[in-house]
Amino acid sequence: MTATDAPLQQHSIDWQTGRVQAIVTETSRVKSIILQPARWSGHWPGQHVDIRLTADDGYQAERSYSIASPPEEQLLTLTVERVEDGEVSPYLLDELRVGDALEFRGPIGRYFIWNQTRGGPICLVAGGTGITPLMAMLRHRKMSRPNIPASLIYSARSLADVVYWDELDTMARGDLNLRLVYTLTREHPSDWNGHLGRVNEVLLAENSFTREQNPTFFICGPAGFVESISSMLVKLGFDPFTVKTERFGPTGA
Amino acid sequence: MDRPPVSRGFKSKRHRSETAGLPPGQYLTTDFPVLSAGPTPAIRVTDWKIALQLGGSLLGKWTWDEFEALPQTTITVDIHCVTKWTKLNTVWQGVSFDDLLKVVGLSEPPDAFVMAHCDGGYTTNLPVADLVAGKAVVATRYDGLPLAPAHGGPARLLVPHLYFWKSAKWLRRLRFMPRDEPGFWESRGYHNYGDPWREQRYDGD
Ligand SMILES: Cc1cc2nc3c(=O)[nH]c(=O)nc-3n(C[C@H](O)[C@H](O)[C@H](O)COP(=O)(O)OP(=O)(O)OC[C@H]3O[C@@H](n4cnc5c(N)ncnc54)[C@H](O)[C@@H]3O)c2cc1C
Repeated sequence: MTATDAPLQQHSIDWQTGRVQAIVTETSRVKSIILQPARWSGHWPGQHVDIRLTADDGYQAERSYSIASPPEEQLLTLTVERVEDGEVSPYLLDELRVGDALEFRGPIGRYFIWNQTRGGPICLVAGGTGITPLMAMLRHRKMSRPNIPASLIYSARSLADVVYWDELDTMARGDLNLRLVYTLTREHPSDWNGHLGRVNEVLLAENSFTREQNPTFFICGPAGFVESISSMLVKLGFDPFTVKTERFGPTGA
Repeated sequence: MDRPPVSRGFKSKRHRSETAGLPPGQYLTTDFPVLSAGPTPAIRVTDWKIALQLGGSLLGKWTWDEFEALPQTTITVDIHCVTKWTKLNTVWQGVSFDDLLKVVGLSEPPDAFVMAHCDGGYTTNLPVADLVAGKAVVATRYDGLPLAPAHGGPARLLVPHLYFWKSAKWLRRLRFMPRDEPGFWESRGYHNYGDPWREQRYDGD
């Protein structure tokens, strides 16, 4: 493994209380929470925070959420999907209000990260809300070095489930170095001329640059999704060391 | 430490009994989630070997069949992943670290630390004290069946009293070393030791 993955930082990541500045409805099942940290020393695109909720009887629940905002922004954006019967995500979507205090710590993780100094090309593959950390990378790319070749393959259940559709659309318009590819797995509009069904080897091969271009892959989504995409990439001949993965959920949902 | 602020309107959805007795910040799962930094390597047992090393010198090396013929240990343990899930009563079979020492003729571990090396370049560091006296097994079976590649097969280290990233998947080499050195996740923001009961998830915890 490359020893240059990230500089060492050896300070503790303490819990802090952020203030919810805004809550944005992204889709029927997804909201973005915009948080003002009490203090923040910056982050790399791809990192996450841990959230901790405390009930009045002292019970606590912790979960991880990727940071969707780029390091250039002062406020942190988390994008959360509702997991039915979940303990934390329904709270964040239904109970949390602007002005509330939210306990969290971060930034966490120094492997699934990218920044413009590493260059490209980068090939990002998102399954559902797995788009979150990849969005931080794309936002950072846009604000720093938009000429770095990048592609995003984004698998969603339906068009209505695509998070950040408008922003991605605007981002890609006029950017010849950014390729956006959507595939819809469950429902699609009758006039949809994008891809259908799960990401397969053909779709990957066509949109992942060539081996000679030596792309770095960032794959994020449910465990089953990540597992299948990463093994397809190895089968296509890409070096496993260039394939970085982050798994969000235990199930292949 | 200050008392954490109460999250307005937050109530536990779980029964108290579900988190009672778990390390802090963990929740129960019955699923077996997969976590690793990259693709799952495809390893054929016919090509597989595992080695025990002291610095650069070889203490022992086993093929799959030779390893299978070593004394077997079965343990039932709870496992705790740093991503917050805990799974209770998992059953593993393999060769205990104590037995490995015995078969290479060592009555005492020769050094105080071990680096586990795996397919894919992944490493993790452990104090020897956390491997001996029945604390660790090189596992080749889960729930009575050969360990699936996604879960680290053919063989993974199993050190259940530490966060599960210490139970390195796709194990190929255990190397004694005189001084502690950080492994893969340990040099990328995760805690050097990883005790779930002290919630040592990240650097500085
Ligand atoms: C590094 C990391 C980054 C993450 N980033 C994000 C993010 O940016 N946005 C986001 O929405 N989530 C993210 N997650 C997932 C998140 O941490 C929680 O697991 C998720 O919100 C569910 O928590 P919950 O308390 O609502 O559900 P729980 O109470 O934990 O689970 C309820 C039920 O749903 C199942 N389940 C749990 N999680 C999932 C899942 N993700 N998909 C399907 N089923 C599930 C459980 O097995 C259980 O049966 C991330 C996870 C990790 C490890």
